[in-house]
Amino acid sequence: MLSRVANSIYWMNRYLERADNVARFIDVNAFLILDMGWERENTQWDPLVKASGDEADFYTRYQNYNEKNVLHFLTFDRDNPNSILSCIQNVRENARTVREIISSEMWETINALYHLVQAHSRKRKIDDLQAFFGQVHRANHLLTGLAENTMSHGEGWHFARLGRLLERADKTARMLDVKYFILLPSGEVVDSPYDTVQWGAVLKSVSGFEMYRKQLHRVNYRDVAQFLVLDPHFPRSIHFCIHTAARSLADITSMLGVACAAKDEMAKLCASIDNASMNEILNNGLHEFIDMFQFNLNVIDEVLYQSFFNLEKN
Amino acid sequence: MNFEDYDTGGFYDELIAPDGSPRADILPLLEHVNALSPKALRRRQKAAEHSLHQQGITFNVYGNEKGTEKIMPFDILPRVVTAPEWKILERGLKQRIEALNLFINDIYNDKKILKDKVIPAELVLSSECYLKQCEGLSPPKGIWIHITGTDLVRDGDGQFYVLEDNLRCPSGISYVLQNRSIQKRTMPRAFRAMRVRPVSNYGDHLYETLRHSAPNGIQDSNVIVLTPGIYNAAYYEHSFLAQQMGVKLAQGSDLTIIDDHVMLRTTRGFEKVDVIYRRIDDAFLDPTVFNPNSLLGVPGIMDCFRKGNVTLANAPGTGIADDKAVYAYVPQIIRYYLGEDPIIANVPTYICNDAKDRQHVLANLDSLVVKAVNLSGGYGMLIGPQSTAKERSEFADKIKASPRDYIAQPTLALSRTPTIIGDSIEGRHVDFRPYILYGESIFVLPGGLTRVALTKGSLVVNSSQGGGSKDTWVLGDEKSSILLTPGIYNSAYYEHSFLSQETGTQS
Repeated sequence: MLSRVANSIYWMNRYLERADNVARFIDVNAFLILDMGWERENTQWDPLVKASGDEADFYTRYQNYNEKNVLHFLTFDRDNPNSILSCIQNVRENARTVREIISSEMWETINALYHLVQAHSRKRKIDDLQAFFGQVHRANHLLTGLAENTMSHGEGWHFARLGRLLERADKTARMLDVKYFILLPSGEVVDSPYDTVQWGAVLKSVSGFEMYRKQLHRVNYRDVAQFLVLDPHFPRSIHFCIHTAARSLADITSMLGVACAAKDEMAKLCASIDNASMNEILNNGLHEFIDMFQFNLNVIDEVLYQSFFNLEKN
Repeated sequence: MNFEDYDTGGFYDELIAPDGSPRADILPLLEHVNALSPKALRRRQKAAEHSLHQQGITFNVYGNEKGTEKIMPFDILPRVVTAPEWKILERGLKQRIEALNLFINDIYNDKKILKDKVIPAELVLSSECYLKQCEGLSPPKGIWIHITGTDLVRDGDGQFYVLEDNLRCPSGISYVLQNRSIQKRTMPRAFRAMRVRPVSNYGDHLYETLRHSAPNGIQDSNVIVLTPGIYNAAYYEHSFLAQQMGVKLAQGSDLTIIDDHVMLRTTRGFEKVDVIYRRIDDAFLDPTVFNPNSLLGVPGIMDCFRKGNVTLANAPGTGIADDKAVYAYVPQIIRYYLGEDPIIANVPTYICNDAKDRQHVLANLDSLVVKAVNLSGGYGMLIGPQSTAKERSEFADKIKASPRDYIAQPTLALSRTPTIIGDSIEGRHVDFRPYILYGESIFVLPGGLTRVALTKGSLVVNSSQGGGSKDTWVLGDEKSSILLTPGIYNSAYYEHSFLSQETGTQS
């Protein structure tokens, strides 16, 4: 497969997953507004921007963190490269360059998603956008299913899954961080009814509430963190994402018959999750753990680029 | 919908005879259209447009930042070429391509035709399209023009004429295939009744043609399509063709040269390429040989080609026969190389470089079409009868200043064909571009692109200037009819599911 094509498939899937997750971020807050009975104007919107790591960019175009500004920044701001609109534009742009590789069904779905986003891009209120976010989630599910059922599970498919799961791991980590920014778990708040509601919102935003309940029944800070970081079976947990990504990378390297540094880095990352215990993570600080994890993800991304996407003559 | 009010307007009409009755071979199609209410016809037209939009079959419009993607308008009333008409066109196109290929090879090597003074040497060698860099080249299997899309028009007398040869990788074939797939779902019953010949195997023919043209001795050749990238107007077609053949679609930056071979950058490392169906113009192909500012091409690729290590399809330099002044000599070219009379006529052409011709052109600008020799797509053109005195005097100045750059032809009364315009059916002018592949033998795809000038009275069919397209039905003769089994392949079944899906209604 062409290096450029592998790179495009990888990024097409990262952007798709990213758009889906930005919609989920907004969902967290929307749930909270309803569940907590907060007054609209007192609702905190800054955690969404802080967790996305795009604060500096936000301040270049907006004065304050009100609902209208944050919502626009995250959904339809053309100048924010991580807004849903920008992500879907990138998805389509990448899909165009690999149109002959992905199936026609996938291309048509991406094209329809692009037109959907364009059609909604004048809306400004969160109430008007709920259905739209649902459609973005569904389009992502549909595309994952189409990739599963209409694409050969070869090199391209594995690059797609690699991109999707690395992005998802990153976003699940950030989702945990949103909660950190909303309310530092101080003694009196931890495990209070409010805290439970907030963690419930985080779980819902990753479609994890039902699966969590079956396993752990009661919602509390420790268990939710444990579930989203270390659960080996839940498809949005960091553990699951990283291990599945590692399997795709292993399949790619064995298909290509090449040794590459990315595989070693990935093994290190898997080990860091496998060897972690929740006690240790919480004692050292969840936020600090997530910071380190994201740093390691960036290393992987860089090594993937060097190993597969940027072939140099020597 | 019926044709009672349809007016052929004194033009040759592709479907309707001068007395207003349908041409004999067209009857099943017209019966089908007549049976549809205006509403049903509109619904089909809408469903077809929706499908194009959904599939993102678009072309890019230059110099238009916002709506950079447009759908080429598609008209669901097909254009028809009958079996006897096609037989002649097919033979004529094969003859023409064979002769032009011999001509190009001769021009860049022995130049016999110039020495024999069949064409003035000065005319050929002074052409902007004559590439000195191609002298002495001998492409694998002697094939220069692997892929051609010849523009044909029908004049008021009902005769077909060749308007342009388009020997430099013309675009449009993707529309032929996509139009067909939509048309089949829009009017399956008529389609079946008319015994339309299939075009869907074009990708197989193209792949075989390219494989055949591989450098000598290479068995399992690695074929790729080379595109300028996603911002090119025809990018959709490039990716479509790569997909149809199941080959890689590369950009210049994906390629590099190692030891005189063209190599692809892949996830496995470097991979040798044998045949390149390049959709990059000659001038941008290799900055070390042609335009030094090109970022689209591959530095050193011409050297690999010259050494016989890679095939470029089409070979560089083929544009020499597209020069409209050289075009004027194609009948002589056919006679010279094949000893045959041309089967399809040329449009009579006045070469402004010739003093006598020039005099005639300047005296008759109001009735002639003047064209720049090296431009196509409807650019650089004066249509005499539709021009203003100011335009004519500008062109007269241009012709006098650089006579070699212009030719003139009589204004043709391009044939028309019924087209859906709003709620009615009106005649619109059309041309016809069949596609020809030169591999082990010469193959003419039984179909082609019919472009239609949607603006009333307009003769300009180019998509950049208000043109649309139609499916072209080349009819099989009695013997070649294919019977389909009923059931899921029942044509009504397709139609039903297509319409309900595209319009979201229950039917």
